[in-house]
Amino acid sequence: MTTTNDPYAGTTEAQEAEERRTTEGPVYTVTGGDWDTIANSEHDERIVINLGPQHPSTHGVLRLVLELEGETVTQARSVIGYLHTGIEKNCEYRTWTQGVTFVTRCDYLSPLFTETAYCLGVEKLLGIEAPRRAQLGRILLMEINRIASHLVALATGGMELGALTGMTNGFREREVALHLLEHLTGLRMNHAYIRPGGLAQDFPEDWVEQTQYFIDWMEKYLPGYDKLLTGQPIWRQRLEDIGYLPVDGCLALGATGVILRSAGLPWDLRKTEPYCGYEEFDFDVPVLTEADCFARYKLRVAEMWESLKILKQCIKMMEPGPVMIADRKVAWPAQLSLGADGLGNSLEHVRKIMGQSMESLIHHFKLVTEGFKVPPGQVYTAVESPRGELGCHLVSGGGTRPLRVHLREPSFINLQTMPAMCEGGMIADVIAAVASIDPVMGGCDR
Amino acid sequence: MTDPGEGKEPGQSPSAERPGDDDLTAVEPSGRGAGDPLVLGHERAGMFGVHGTGDTSGFGGLRLPAYSPAPAERPYGGWFDDFADELLAAMAERGIPGDSIRQVTVDRGEMTLYVARERITDICSAMRDGDGLRFELCSSVSGVDYGEDVVDRLHVVYHLTSMTFRRRIRLEVSVSVEDAHVPSVVSVYPTADWQEREVWDMFGVIFDGHPALTRILMPDDWEGHPQRKDYPLGGIAVEYKGAEIPPPDTRRSYS
Repeated sequence: MTTTNDPYAGTTEAQEAEERRTTEGPVYTVTGGDWDTIANSEHDERIVINLGPQHPSTHGVLRLVLELEGETVTQARSVIGYLHTGIEKNCEYRTWTQGVTFVTRCDYLSPLFTETAYCLGVEKLLGIEAPRRAQLGRILLMEINRIASHLVALATGGMELGALTGMTNGFREREVALHLLEHLTGLRMNHAYIRPGGLAQDFPEDWVEQTQYFIDWMEKYLPGYDKLLTGQPIWRQRLEDIGYLPVDGCLALGATGVILRSAGLPWDLRKTEPYCGYEEFDFDVPVLTEADCFARYKLRVAEMWESLKILKQCIKMMEPGPVMIADRKVAWPAQLSLGADGLGNSLEHVRKIMGQSMESLIHHFKLVTEGFKVPPGQVYTAVESPRGELGCHLVSGGGTRPLRVHLREPSFINLQTMPAMCEGGMIADVIAAVASIDPVMGGCDR
Repeated sequence: MTDPGEGKEPGQSPSAERPGDDDLTAVEPSGRGAGDPLVLGHERAGMFGVHGTGDTSGFGGLRLPAYSPAPAERPYGGWFDDFADELLAAMAERGIPGDSIRQVTVDRGEMTLYVARERITDICSAMRDGDGLRFELCSSVSGVDYGEDVVDRLHVVYHLTSMTFRRRIRLEVSVSVEDAHVPSVVSVYPTADWQEREVWDMFGVIFDGHPALTRILMPDDWEGHPQRKDYPLGGIAVEYKGAEIPPPDTRRSYS
């Protein structure tokens, strides 16, 4: 090489060795197919590799830094923050109602849980309770969402371990769930359908048939997962006794949800601290004691069956009635209806506030632009999301905007268990362990 | 709990007849003086967010006093009294002075203990290990910034859960920006590790004794602590149909 300015000139081996040298040892960038450069180089057995944040097996933009001895992981650390979007701070600049639109974007696989936790918090601050039909509607939506979220956990987990049919099947079923959610709420995700005081509007007329169609579909196809995965030797060998975390480790590290229940503690907030009326439903909390990835997989499948049980009861229990509290000072003023150009404010409502009642117009304008005032104080509400305890810590200064919105995201907390599950195991098992934690980075980083 | 000796009066408290109650009142927190409330929240001025001159609408004259949570008095109601007795006993056993709890507030069915910051680790450890307490799980650690003009504006809020008794308790510590040091509770609740890192990252509270207090959500070389109230939200004005929509933190606010 004669000139350093020529970008196509290539580099000599001596120059490459010079570039690799750092205070921490030589650094290699391998992108696949060029592993020989490492294998042939002089080094000790200790290797630090970086996995992610853009990697198909790290469950989103999660970055793992692994220290290896051969193929054994001696230290594992996760690096997060790649999807931090400042949702909590943004909420401080919007009204309490607009906050729903933000928090629903945290955990994009279970948005309805975040909405419910937030709205239950706002309602507790206001000292109000949503009407029964709205509470049952929330349960219905959450359980559909739980099934959809668990399906993605199975599907992406399967994909990361090479079970590609598990992925295609999981997303096939999830598509039916999302179609149903779209039919009920208007959107596949980011619904903003659950509002302080109730729901944005009532379900469409044929919601029972559509929900029944989904239940029938799931009952037809859910047994297929047992055939495809549960009894399959390769799937079992990849998951059994992998990612072990006993119950004391779970409690110390704050892990909740499926991870805690796979270690034998039947802790499910739907049973232990019922909200929205879960105490009226007949369902079981599946618990296993193996505390490994396979137990977590089996629990997710079992929880989907329980969710279907809840859905069936919910259809029977829901009776006609209001879906938003009667207090006009809190209830969203819009009266939605389906027009020729889609869903929007009903023409009668617009005609009334624009043409007949000045007071209605003022009321509508004030409530939409200014919002309602929330008495000062703080609350913490928690719901059982597919990943564990989803808490919402709300602080009000007495105004129309939150002073602080904090989400206790189970993805964030549970991800702390990754080193405890992975260190001492093989590098391939890291992928299985992370998949069994099922972190959603949108929720983790917020 | 703010009034020493109050629990001794028979009939006022359901726990009055408890054996050893006299010993407990010796460590009953003294609280703060009546004229010295734990100020929370900032005074709100100007309905449309206009400060200084420039507002001729009259709305700028609106003044709302700061909200300060009222101290609760015994009986607190429900299981709170039993819990308070257990906690005081556990604190006495461990030699934690009673005035480490500066104030007790019961609001909306939730109990908040305002704790002196140097005692937070001891109290967490008593909460976790006390026989009648058993707060095994630290659900959440979050920071709250109450605004620039508030004394001790940075708060760290701990939500502890007792899975044995199915109870939740909130502990709260407040510090000033100039001296934002809080002892870390990672040695008691390892799950607080990332949560304290997040509070450091977002609010700049330094947790003494934390194993590795580094930024967690923002890049390592970031300057400032984004969720403080004096940190701008950012954003740019957007033009829509000829009108310019200002970024959210410069739009007019109503409170």
